[in-house]
Amino acid sequence: MFQIRIHGRGGQGVVSAAELLSVAAFLEGRHAQAFPSFGSERMGAPVMAFCRIDATPIRLREPVLTPDALIVQDATLLHHAGLFRGMQAGGIILINSTRTFDEADIARFTGGADRYRVCTVPATELAQKHVGRAVPNVPMLAALAAFGEAIALDSLVAAIRQKFPHAVAEKNVAAATAAFALARDTAQVAHA
Amino acid sequence: MVETLIKFYQTGTFTVGNRLLREDQRAVQADMQRTNSLNSGHRACQGCGEALGARYAIDAAMRATGNRLIAVNATGCLEVFSTPYPESSWQVPWIHSLFGNAAAVASGVAAALRAQGRDDVRVIAQGGDGGTTDIGFGCLSGMFERNDDVLYICYDNEAYMNTGVQRSSATPPAARTATTPAVGASPGNVFGTGKNVPRIAMAHRIPYVATASVANLRDLERKVTAAMDIRGARYLHILVPCPLGWGSAPDDTIRIARLAVETGLFPLFEARHGEVTDRTPIRHRHPVEEYLKLQKRYAHLFGCPPDHGRIALLQAMADRNIAEYDLAEVAA
Amino acid sequence: MLKQIEGSKAVAEAIALCRPQVVCAYPITPQTHIVEGLGEMVKDGSLAGCEFINVESEFAAMSVAIGSSAAGVRTYTATSSQGLLFMAEAVYNAAGLGLPIVMTIGNRAIGAPINIWNDHSDSMSMRDAGWIQLYAETNQEALDLHIQAFRLAEELSCPVMVCMDGFILTHAYERVDVPDQAQVDAFVPPYVPRQVLDPADPVSIGALVGPEAFTEVRYLAHHKQLRALDTIPQLAAQFERQFGRASGGLIRTYRTEDAATIVVALGSLNGTVQEEVDEMRLAGKRIGSVSICSFRPFPLAAVREALKGAQRVVVLEKCLAVGLGGIVSDGVRKSLSGIALNGYTVIAGLGGRAITRESLRRLFHDADRDALEQVTFLDLNTDVVAAELDRERAARRTGPTAEAILRRLATGSPASTVHEGRPWLRR
Repeated sequence: MFQIRIHGRGGQGVVSAAELLSVAAFLEGRHAQAFPSFGSERMGAPVMAFCRIDATPIRLREPVLTPDALIVQDATLLHHAGLFRGMQAGGIILINSTRTFDEADIARFTGGADRYRVCTVPATELAQKHVGRAVPNVPMLAALAAFGEAIALDSLVAAIRQKFPHAVAEKNVAAATAAFALARDTAQVAHA
Repeated sequence: MVETLIKFYQTGTFTVGNRLLREDQRAVQADMQRTNSLNSGHRACQGCGEALGARYAIDAAMRATGNRLIAVNATGCLEVFSTPYPESSWQVPWIHSLFGNAAAVASGVAAALRAQGRDDVRVIAQGGDGGTTDIGFGCLSGMFERNDDVLYICYDNEAYMNTGVQRSSATPPAARTATTPAVGASPGNVFGTGKNVPRIAMAHRIPYVATASVANLRDLERKVTAAMDIRGARYLHILVPCPLGWGSAPDDTIRIARLAVETGLFPLFEARHGEVTDRTPIRHRHPVEEYLKLQKRYAHLFGCPPDHGRIALLQAMADRNIAEYDLAEVAA
Repeated sequence: MLKQIEGSKAVAEAIALCRPQVVCAYPITPQTHIVEGLGEMVKDGSLAGCEFINVESEFAAMSVAIGSSAAGVRTYTATSSQGLLFMAEAVYNAAGLGLPIVMTIGNRAIGAPINIWNDHSDSMSMRDAGWIQLYAETNQEALDLHIQAFRLAEELSCPVMVCMDGFILTHAYERVDVPDQAQVDAFVPPYVPRQVLDPADPVSIGALVGPEAFTEVRYLAHHKQLRALDTIPQLAAQFERQFGRASGGLIRTYRTEDAATIVVALGSLNGTVQEEVDEMRLAGKRIGSVSICSFRPFPLAAVREALKGAQRVVVLEKCLAVGLGGIVSDGVRKSLSGIALNGYTVIAGLGGRAITRESLRRLFHDADRDALEQVTFLDLNTDVVAAELDRERAARRTGPTAEAILRRLATGSPASTVHEGRPWLRR
C-alpha cells in the first residue's frame, strides 16, 4: 500500500489533488481511496487530504498516519508542528516552492538533508503559467509521478482529461508535463 | 361561463333554497348528486361550524374537479371527529399524517401526481387554525413559496379546540381561552398579538387567497370553485364558529358567523398575486357588541361595569378593517 | 461499470437507477452531495420522470415524502444528525403508516455540542421508530444497499434507512461498480402500492386508533420487522446472484470460526477492524469480527450463532446510551441470553474522532487478556476530564463545559481552578 498525505490551504485544490490521484490509480487498475480531513472549510485555512493506493481493496479507514509521500502545497505550512508526523525515513516530500531545497533551508524542518527524498517544485508558478490559475495541485501530483512509485504520468494525464473540460484539461496536462520533467531532473540531482 | 353573484335573503328557514334557480345556478349542496364527501355519522358537536364549512368546501371542490380530489388533513377537530376508528366519514381519498405538516404532505401528493402525469387529480390540504397559523406555519409558507398546486383550507375557530380551547395565534384579542383566562388586569387574549395569515399568504404573492364564512355558504362554494380553476398555491381562510369553544348556542353558529362579517371583524375578500381584487361589502353594519354578546368567551367584557375600553379597541379593529378593505356598501 | 467516484455520487447514481419519482431533501452536512447529485440529474434530464422538491426543513422533507409515497410513487430523501431529529415525528409517522420510503442517513453526531463529524448517534436515536436500518461498510455496499432497500421497503410496506458514515464514506473517493439500468430494473420492479390515495378507490389513511386496536397495529409492525429477518437475507442472496457480489444481509462474519475474541461493529469501522484482526492473527491471536448490517430488525439469532463459540465479545460502538453505556451492546447481550462469555463495550469515534489501528491494537490486546472495563471510552483524554471535574468541584459558575475543554486543549493550560481559567475576570 502506498499512502500519500497532502497539506495545503483551502482553495488550493488539496481535496481535488487526492481525488485526482485516486482516479489516476484507478485508471491503472488499482484500488485507491481518497478523502479529506474534514474540517470547517474556508479559504485559506489549513487542510489535509489523504490517498491510499493498493493492488487489493483498501479496508483501512483511519487518516494517513504514516505517509510514504507528503505533498506540501503551501510552504507557509512548513512551520506547523506535526506536518511531517509519521513520515518514514526515505519517504518522498514534495514542497511547493520556487526556491531549492538548500535555498529554502528545508533541512531545518525535516531534521536533516538525507532523512527523506525531498523535491521542491514551483507548482504555483507552473500552474499560473500553463493554466492561468494559481492552483498548484496538478503540478505537485506530476512531480510525485516523477518518483515513479505512486502513479505514472500517463495515468495522471488521463485522470486530468476525465475531470476537466477539454481546454482546461489540456492546460493542466501541459502544467503536469512541465512539472514532471522538472521534478525528474531535480530528483536525479537529489539522489546524486 | 358567466358568473352571477346570487344573494339569498332568507327568513325563518335554513334551507339553501335553490328551487327558484336554474340548475346550473344552484348550490352544490342542493344537488342530489353531490358527493357528500364528508358523510353524516361523524362525531362533530351540535352546531359545529367546521363540519358545515368542510362539507360545503370539499363537495364544491369535488364538483369542480369532477370528483378527482385528494384531501390531506391536519390533526385537529375535523380529523378526529371525521375518523373515529374504525369508521371514516370521508368519501374521498384522504390522509391524515401529523399536526404541522398538512401543507407539506399535500405538496408531496401534488408532486407524486405530477410525476405520474395525472394533472386531472387535484389536492386539498385542510386544517384548523392551530395546525395552520402556528405549528404548520413553516410548511405552509414552504408550500406557498414553491407555488405547489395545492389549495390549503384553514377552518378558523380561533383556538386549539380539540385539545380543550387553548389560545392560538388566530385567537382574537380579549377572547377567553384556557391559556388566556379571563382574570387579572388584562383578561382574555392579549391585544397586539396574533397573525393575519390571509395577508401573510398574500405576501407570498400566490395566485389566489380568499376569506369566507359559513354565514355565506354560496360565497364559500363560489370561492372554492374559483380556487380549483387555478393552478398553483391557493389559500382559503374560513371563519367557523365553535359553540363549545366560543361559548355560544349551537343554533347561533350561522348568526354569529354573519355578525363577524357584518361588524367588520372578519372581512370577506379575494386576492390574486398579493393584491386584493374583490371584497364583499357589508350590507347591514352592526356594532361589535352584538357579536361579542352572543359568546361566553367575551362575557368578561360585559360585567359590572362593562369593559368599554376593550370593547372600543375591538370596535376600532372592526372599523380599521372596514376602511382597509373598503367594506362600507355604497348606497345604490 | 467500474468508477472512481465520491461515495455520495455513487449513492446518487444508485438512487437514480432505482427510478424514484419524487426526491425531496433539505441540506445538511454530510449528506448534501447525495441530493445535489440527484437534483442535477433531474434538472439535466438524465433522471427522467422524477420531481425534485426543495423543501423548507427536514420535517417538511419527510412530510413531502409521506404525501408522495401515499399517492403511490417511489420516494426518496436523505438527512443526518439534527435533521433526522427535526423530522422525528414524521419518521415515526411514516413507519406507522407503512409507507415504503427509502432514506439515506449520512451518519453524523448529534449536538449539543454541535459537531459535523461522523458517529452513529443520529440513526440510533430513531432505532425504535419502526424503520428498517441497514449499515454500509463501504461505498460499494452503500450503493448496493439502496437498491436492495427499495425492493425491501416495497415488499414489506415498511420504510428503510440506509446508514453510511458521514465524511468517511460520503466524502471518500473509492472504486465502485455501478450497475446498469437493466440490472437494476430486473431487481427493482415498478412500485405497486399496498395502499394508495386514488380518487377511483377512496380510502382514509391515518385514522385515530384507540386502546381497542392500538396494540394489534403495533404488534403487526413488530411482526413485519421479524419477517424482514428472512426477507433481508433472501434479497441479499438474490442480489448476489444477479449482481455478482455479496452485499447487505443481516451480518457478516470475518475469521470468527475459531475465534476466542470477537469484535462487533457497524459500518465503515469494520474495515479498520478487519485489518487489525489480520495483524493479530499473524501474531497467533484467535480473533475475529462481526459486522452487523441489519441493525433493525436486530438479527438476534444470527449474532448468537456467530458469537456463541467465543470467550469474549468486544462491541465497538460509535454511539452512547448516556447513563447506561452501549446501545449495540444491548442487542448483542440479548442475543447471548443464556450464554456466558465476557462482554465489553467500547465507545469509540464519537463526533468523528479517528479510530486508529494503533488504538485498536492496544484495545484488542487488552481484551485478549480480559483487562478491559465493562465500558471503555477509547482514547479518552483523562487529563482533560479530570481537570474539568476539578473545575466543577471548585466553583459553581464554571461556564459552558465544551468551551472550557476546548480552551484547555487549545492552550494546553494545566490550570484546574476557575480563577486561572478566566484571566479576564478581575475580582
